[in-house]
Amino acid sequence: MDIIACIKRVPQTAEADVKIDSSGKDIVKDRLQFDMNESDTYALEEAILLKEKFSGSLTVISVGTFDAEDTLRIALAKGADNAIRIKAEDFGELDGYKTAQLLKAVIKDLKHDAIFTGCIATDDYYSQVGVTLAELLGMPHASLVTKIEIDGNTVHAYRELEGGLLEHLAMSLPALFTIQTGINEPRYASLIAIRRAAKKEIKVIGKEEINAEDIVSFSSLEKLFTPPVGERAEILSGTLDEIGTRVQGIVKEKGLL
Amino acid sequence: MDFEFTKDQKMLQEEVRKFADAHIAPDAAEIDQSRDFPWKNIKKTAEMGLLGIIVPEKYGGSGFDYISLAIAIEELSRCCASTGVIVAVNNSLVTYPIVAFGTEEQKQKYLPALCSGEKLGAFGLTEPNAGSDVAGMETTARLEGDHYIINGTKRFITNAGEAGTFIVFASTDRNLKHKGISTFIVERDTPGFSLGKHEDLMGVRATANCELIFEDAKIPKENLLGKEGQGFMIAMNVLDVSRIDIGAQAVGIAQSALDESVKYAKERKAFGQPIGNFEMIQNMLAEMATQICAARFLVYYAGHCKNKGMPRFSRESAMSKYYGATIAVDVARKGVQIHGGYGYTKDYPIERIYRDAKILELYEGTSEIQKIVIARDLLK
Repeated sequence: MDIIACIKRVPQTAEADVKIDSSGKDIVKDRLQFDMNESDTYALEEAILLKEKFSGSLTVISVGTFDAEDTLRIALAKGADNAIRIKAEDFGELDGYKTAQLLKAVIKDLKHDAIFTGCIATDDYYSQVGVTLAELLGMPHASLVTKIEIDGNTVHAYRELEGGLLEHLAMSLPALFTIQTGINEPRYASLIAIRRAAKKEIKVIGKEEINAEDIVSFSSLEKLFTPPVGERAEILSGTLDEIGTRVQGIVKEKGLL
Repeated sequence: MDFEFTKDQKMLQEEVRKFADAHIAPDAAEIDQSRDFPWKNIKKTAEMGLLGIIVPEKYGGSGFDYISLAIAIEELSRCCASTGVIVAVNNSLVTYPIVAFGTEEQKQKYLPALCSGEKLGAFGLTEPNAGSDVAGMETTARLEGDHYIINGTKRFITNAGEAGTFIVFASTDRNLKHKGISTFIVERDTPGFSLGKHEDLMGVRATANCELIFEDAKIPKENLLGKEGQGFMIAMNVLDVSRIDIGAQAVGIAQSALDESVKYAKERKAFGQPIGNFEMIQNMLAEMATQICAARFLVYYAGHCKNKGMPRFSRESAMSKYYGATIAVDVARKGVQIHGGYGYTKDYPIERIYRDAKILELYEGTSEIQKIVIARDLLK
């Protein structure tokens, strides 16, 4: 089985103080740590598990700048066989549609029975690339997948819905899956595998191979901004105890108790 | 001069950091209180190859260099000082001497199990009456036929309660003082070898720190590491490497104190604003960050000296350990100060970090011993 996993290197912003840069279209990244996008780590793990079960090859692809090669190497250390970086710097501002077209331009020439992507990227929250890529390649897809079973040429994909419902889809290969976090337990790369992966070549594809004029975009980013605090909103800070005491006070002041 | 990590060092740091944040940090407070040895996490470190970082691949190790070893120990210690030193001991105090001084048979016999975590390592040098004064060692070993008979007691031995393989120092000729010391590989189930008191330590509490008791313990002759009388030389050589690790542990502990303090300075409000706005707090944070950065580069430099194959780099290694320990205690103290009264409670990790930091000035050579090493090297 030949598998492709699409991964993205993203800044870790969950606990960081995020500031907008002077362009107004990006955040200040100097002091941020970067890592593989969270749901992509689950997508990669699912791809590795399938490769280990059915044998075949696993290729990881990332649309990113030079640093994305660090993330691709981690994927190689975890079990991918080949890695490709599509040079983001060659294609200007990227939206989900544009990224999907770039991936398609490379993937269409690669053998693939299954494609895995994360369900959402934590830097832009578009959640578009996987499903758009499936459409562009003309293959079936399932999004937000929480369990996959393969039976011959049929794949059973399970999706979690609101209200505790589970949806079971049967589809034929080749197919694309956008993977939800929690589907598996992503492994860590062993030190020996890291040492070997550090020496592996990463194939780099840019505007020489992909005609930038063929890659179109339907939206452009206007600006990033912090929403103004509403006049009636009061942001509480402090320890949990202090916040609790303050909430109790407010509820009393408003006569709600 | 290049301040960049190599590709594999960068990847190692990224993976160990993620692993430590996800698996090591969540258990740190609990094992500090329970003193339960963190076997579940130690097995995971073994799976990643963290128990044999510098051991060649053919003996089951990961085949990395000494800066990489320091990077890994810093990341583990940042999340849990106990776990950091458990792993550091297995690497630099147990696998390293076997790699450096062991026979081919000893390497094949002991290294794979030490790297896989099947048998954890411990290092028995310190005695109840001989810590800094290594030559004052009272444990003896005498050759009788095919065995050495060891008698004596070792104290404050990290990992001892859970270890399977011990590096033990004993005098084979007390008249020769430090030139009469020899080194042995001792297995846990050796007749006449038992464990004594499990220490109730102030910090690094989950490290199974116990006494080793030898009462006519019979060690096969082939378990002599190096030659008779080489023990002091082996100990000093091993400590040169292990002090890099303790320097790295110090940097990790200090970094955790800074991280906690920055977080707290942003959250905590006094006089109507975050305390991070006050210059007295900023002063402490700036000092802490600078101290950590300086200590980290000393550690990397000592690792670089070892990587280059310098036969002795005692001065650099002692500097990295001495400075790291000194600043870790100071940084942790400032961390408590920034936290105010809350820093004196177990509600915040800084209380544990402060207790953990203190050991750095004591084990693997006190700060006073490090300064003697540095000064003697300057004056020789």
